[in-house]
Amino acid sequence: MAATATLAVWKFASCDGCQLSLLDCEDELLSIAGAVRIGYFLEASSTVVPGPYDVSLVEGSITTPSDVQRLWRMREQSRLLVAVGACATAGGIQALRNLADIAEFRALVYAKPEYLSTLDKSEPVSAHVPVDLELRGCPIDRRQLVDTLSALLAGRRPDLPTHSVCFECKARGTPCPLVTDGVPCLGPVTQAGCGAICPVYGRGCYGCFGPAAAANVAALVPRLAELGMSEVDIQRVFRTFNTAAPALAEAIR
Amino acid sequence: MTHRLDRTLRVAGLTRVEGEGAMRVQVSDGRVTDVQLAIYEPPRFFEALLRGRGYLEAPDITARVCGICPVAYQVAACRAVEDACGVTVPEDIGVLRRLLCCGEWISSHALHIYLLHAPDFLGYDGVVEMAYHHRSVVERGLALKKAGNAILDLLGGRPIHPVNVRVGGFYRPPTRADLTPLAETLRRARDDALSTVRWVAGFDFPEFAHDHELLALVEPGRYTMDGGTPHTDRGLTFPVRAFERHIIEDQVPHSTALHAHLAGRGRYLTGPTARYALGHRWLSPLAREAAVAAGLRYDCRNPFRSIVVRAVETLHAVDEALGLIAGYRPPRTPAVPVPPPGRAAVGYGAIEAPRGVLFHRYALSPDGTITAARIVPPTAQNQPSIEDDLRRFVAARLDLDDVQLTRECERAIRNYDPCISCATHFLDLTVERVGRRRRA
Repeated sequence: MAATATLAVWKFASCDGCQLSLLDCEDELLSIAGAVRIGYFLEASSTVVPGPYDVSLVEGSITTPSDVQRLWRMREQSRLLVAVGACATAGGIQALRNLADIAEFRALVYAKPEYLSTLDKSEPVSAHVPVDLELRGCPIDRRQLVDTLSALLAGRRPDLPTHSVCFECKARGTPCPLVTDGVPCLGPVTQAGCGAICPVYGRGCYGCFGPAAAANVAALVPRLAELGMSEVDIQRVFRTFNTAAPALAEAIR
Repeated sequence: MTHRLDRTLRVAGLTRVEGEGAMRVQVSDGRVTDVQLAIYEPPRFFEALLRGRGYLEAPDITARVCGICPVAYQVAACRAVEDACGVTVPEDIGVLRRLLCCGEWISSHALHIYLLHAPDFLGYDGVVEMAYHHRSVVERGLALKKAGNAILDLLGGRPIHPVNVRVGGFYRPPTRADLTPLAETLRRARDDALSTVRWVAGFDFPEFAHDHELLALVEPGRYTMDGGTPHTDRGLTFPVRAFERHIIEDQVPHSTALHAHLAGRGRYLTGPTARYALGHRWLSPLAREAAVAAGLRYDCRNPFRSIVVRAVETLHAVDEALGLIAGYRPPRTPAVPVPPPGRAAVGYGAIEAPRGVLFHRYALSPDGTITAARIVPPTAQNQPSIEDDLRRFVAARLDLDDVQLTRECERAIRNYDPCISCATHFLDLTVERVGRRRRA
């Protein structure tokens, strides 16, 4: 990729946290800004350079008909499209609406629900346009973001893990919450990338990076039940931040 | 210079604010007839999706309302759920929550001061452009922001959506030794924060003053972050549980978004300048001294100077964090047990998020299932005041051309550090309206 590669950052339904992760790279921010031309990043700059863009980071899930149109226009202007975070890769927490009656949801929150333009579902970016790369997590991991941008700028494919969080616990030397402490943990079925933070804090993984590639969710469920989780607790823990991820939708019906 | 009597100023995508919004100002016959701060972010239905969830899930779920101030959501949710269950956490856990809030204030304020707001005063489009000419200043801002994030990293596990907060306390509180390197970082940050106050105090501020009623939580003896009782500068005070009786959200004819007002009183403002007006006497001595040296008096009614108040609050938060660390003893228990209420119960919680008062209410069934939830974020409350500022600000500057005036309007909005991501759950008709405007 040329030295003057252009970067764009786009937002759909989300909390802003994943694009904030870019601004949270305090040590790297000015080097990144020196290596790329930031063409579109409303949260950070009033400068808008028209596309096409070499790399587009897309945050948020697709929840309205106008989102779909905007996403297509954006895809056309982007050479590489990277979906960042649980909203963009798996619908986010707001995908809980996919399991509910959307009319009821609208009526609960808004006084005049008939004026809202909302799709029935909160969907990942990949449900609508081709996606070149996905960064998982609620939120994404800063180091993964920097590594990914560096790799793309160097013209190589970033090395993103597809194994489970368990590997990261082993690498950090963290005792296994499931085995050692009898704490329910989604680590065995959750994709690595966060650095296995929760077990370091004595908490079981709650799956914010979504299901790992070869996750056998059905095999973990009885173990979680043995450790005292009720059926409803198990259903809830899989139906939180990555509800629209296919591997989970099928295992926890 | 322009003498046109009818004009419309539009910004389709506001920049350097958190989340996405638009602005429209209508001028007819030389008078400002309509001002709208439109929020077009799609709704995410948090109050609805919380129904049927477990009470212990509220902090992690509501953190996802806002990636800029997730700690505020987590702590407010904990307080409201604990209130419903009749539990008060001990002071040693309260101390850790306050330390966490300090981290978020420092990080969020440094983000706004250096990355979003200062470029307006120095004439840049953004921090990257500003860094070409003011590299060391920008580096100082990033270091300050990083110091706030260091607190969140250590106590929370990560700065955005921390994992260590739970109803009743923490999963694993830090040891005293864990906090030693943090104190070192914060001592450097204190110098940076002091330099920040001096730096922003030297900016040029447009002449402007508002007369909004100011609302903040007040806890005598403390510049409160995580507790206290709602007070206004005009003498109104009420308990947190009466919040929804005093803060009314409704529709106004000219606008399509819900607007909050004080019942029987009108628009009001929450956030740093309100906190300063109601609590400046409880700032740390260093922060109070810096405020006086920066020219702040008993209150600050020029919203453009809010950047100075944010800098003073940043210094206070660094000082407060250092004090909390110096006196730190790990809590006797990481988290106190919070059993389900055993009866239908309602709980209330309010805290001072970086942008102002954040209110949560949860209704729980006897087994702890959430049956109803209500969240009132700061930006939703400030929207009518921001629009009022815009209306008066524009009226006094109709001689500017459209490009200049539009830029000044964007500045006026940025004064309030609006967090549109937070506000979206209350969005009403704006999606439809913006859609129509775009086709026009």
